Amino acid sequence: MVSRFTPVALGGAALLLAALTACAPADEDETTATPSAAPTATCDPASLKTLTAGKLTVGTDTPAYEPWFADNKPDNGKGFESAVAYQVAQRLGYQQSDVVWAQVGFNNAIAPGPKAFDIDVNQFSITDERKKAVDFSSPYYLVRQTVITTKGSKIAGAKTLADLKDAKLGAQVGTTSYQAITDVIKPAGQPQVFNNNDDAKKALENGTVDGIVVDLPTAFYMTGAELENGVIVGQLAQVGVPEQFGIVLDKGSPLTGCVSKAVDQLRQDGTLAVLEKTWLADTAGAPELQ
Amino acid sequence: MTYQPSIRQQERIAYRRGRAVRSVLLAAASTAVVGVGLAVGITGAPGWERVKESFFDLDTARKYLPQILEGLWLNLKLLVVCATLALALGLLVAVLRTLRGPVFFPVRALATGYTYSFRGLPLIIVLYLFAFGIPGLRLKGTPDVLVLGAAAIIVTYGAYLAEVFRAGIESVHPSQIAAARSLGLSYRQAMRHVVLPQAVRRVAPPLLNDTVALQKDVGLISLAGPIDAIRAAQIGVAQDADFTPYIVAGVLFVLLALPLIAVTDWVTLRAARRQNAGT
Repeated sequence: MVSRFTPVALGGAALLLAALTACAPADEDETTATPSAAPTATCDPASLKTLTAGKLTVGTDTPAYEPWFADNKPDNGKGFESAVAYQVAQRLGYQQSDVVWAQVGFNNAIAPGPKAFDIDVNQFSITDERKKAVDFSSPYYLVRQTVITTKGSKIAGAKTLADLKDAKLGAQVGTTSYQAITDVIKPAGQPQVFNNNDDAKKALENGTVDGIVVDLPTAFYMTGAELENGVIVGQLAQVGVPEQFGIVLDKGSPLTGCVSKAVDQLRQDGTLAVLEKTWLADTAGAPELQ
Repeated sequence: MTYQPSIRQQERIAYRRGRAVRSVLLAAASTAVVGVGLAVGITGAPGWERVKESFFDLDTARKYLPQILEGLWLNLKLLVVCATLALALGLLVAVLRTLRGPVFFPVRALATGYTYSFRGLPLIIVLYLFAFGIPGLRLKGTPDVLVLGAAAIIVTYGAYLAEVFRAGIESVHPSQIAAARSLGLSYRQAMRHVVLPQAVRRVAPPLLNDTVALQKDVGLISLAGPIDAIRAAQIGVAQDADFTPYIVAGVLFVLLALPLIAVTDWVTLRAARRQNAGT
């Protein structure tokens, strides 16, 4: 019995094939963007190819944490990273009203594919592995990883890395803080990993972990404002290159050169130093764990 | 005297064989067309090169395979423990819900309330309550978060399985109980020897189906801190900005599910054959 549908199915398959091959070359300009714009390139809203013409879309995760942002409102210009983003936008010639904020998850910002932002400011440490997937601007902050705990925990009095060997430590998934545990402290037990710093902090309060690793400004903020009886155990030594935060851009973004230039200017004229003084606690006074 | 098919029968056999060959060829041709279409469509896409680099990178896969396997071992242990205990809990609750008599009303009400609320609650919320809430009470002898997380999974899945068991129990015809009681079996004996064996057999496919679902959900325990296979992959993804570890974990999960799914299919087929025997 010849199936009546066989010719139909075959025709359908052929059509599908034709459709696929037809739509494969999507409308994509085949110009391979150069990673860094030529120094002569003009950096102004008129010539910058942003998502929305004349607007600069800045991505960050939600919740946006203190002291990098304030009140989970990145658009209020308060907090270190919010201030940096607005300063960069200003250097590029954007008005404050031209800056649009987009919610982009920490781990989504480095995913391949089209980006929902022009620039992403989210305490992203610059690493070689990440550089393969995204572009980074020049660094805007030099960061140190820090171990924090609560009073009465068994590591509250730790002075050396050896004192942390038997501790149960936690950190947020996908961060350099987690890598600091595995590469620098190398504890005996497996580190605990959390979806975000809120969960890590809760586990610390509950005593299900002995300590958590966060970057230094966050450590000061958590122990100062959020944790009851929070104590800073100490900073961890830098491994290899100093760890620095950079602004994330799409791989081969036409904006990378201009954004980097803006950040460099901000560092040279002292603006970054002023912003650090304004928004980040004086981060002296955390001992270094050897 | 050996059997010789008649000429007509031989013609029939040849015709059937010809039909079979033709179907196989057609199936092969249509599969080839669809396969080529997909291959051309995907590999011809402008972003294919980058996707290949960031999703199918052998070096990255090799680098993170040990960590992912270590995480998968945790998934497996959890699956065995959670599946066993959730099945036991589900059966218990189902039996409590089907108790008769006014004196058992509170028991029935409790069991019903439990299945209603825990089938409605998202597992993630139950996990957060168990793994972050209970240790916060700072009670002496609070178990490890791993135990608490497993408890959350057991309680949630127990509610689903209880309903499956109950459907099985209620599908056994009342005449079965009546017959068992008239033979002098007590209610308990009738349940134990007559009703439950038939009930469990009838709902074996959906039970196994829920077990397959449980296998994927035990990984959610990672939000409490322990590192399971998907979490290990996520760490790899974040460290190398490369999504290959997810693909590796996905393949491992499929391989892990295959035996369970095969068993489910076999049980279903066997039950269908048994129930349709003689038709």
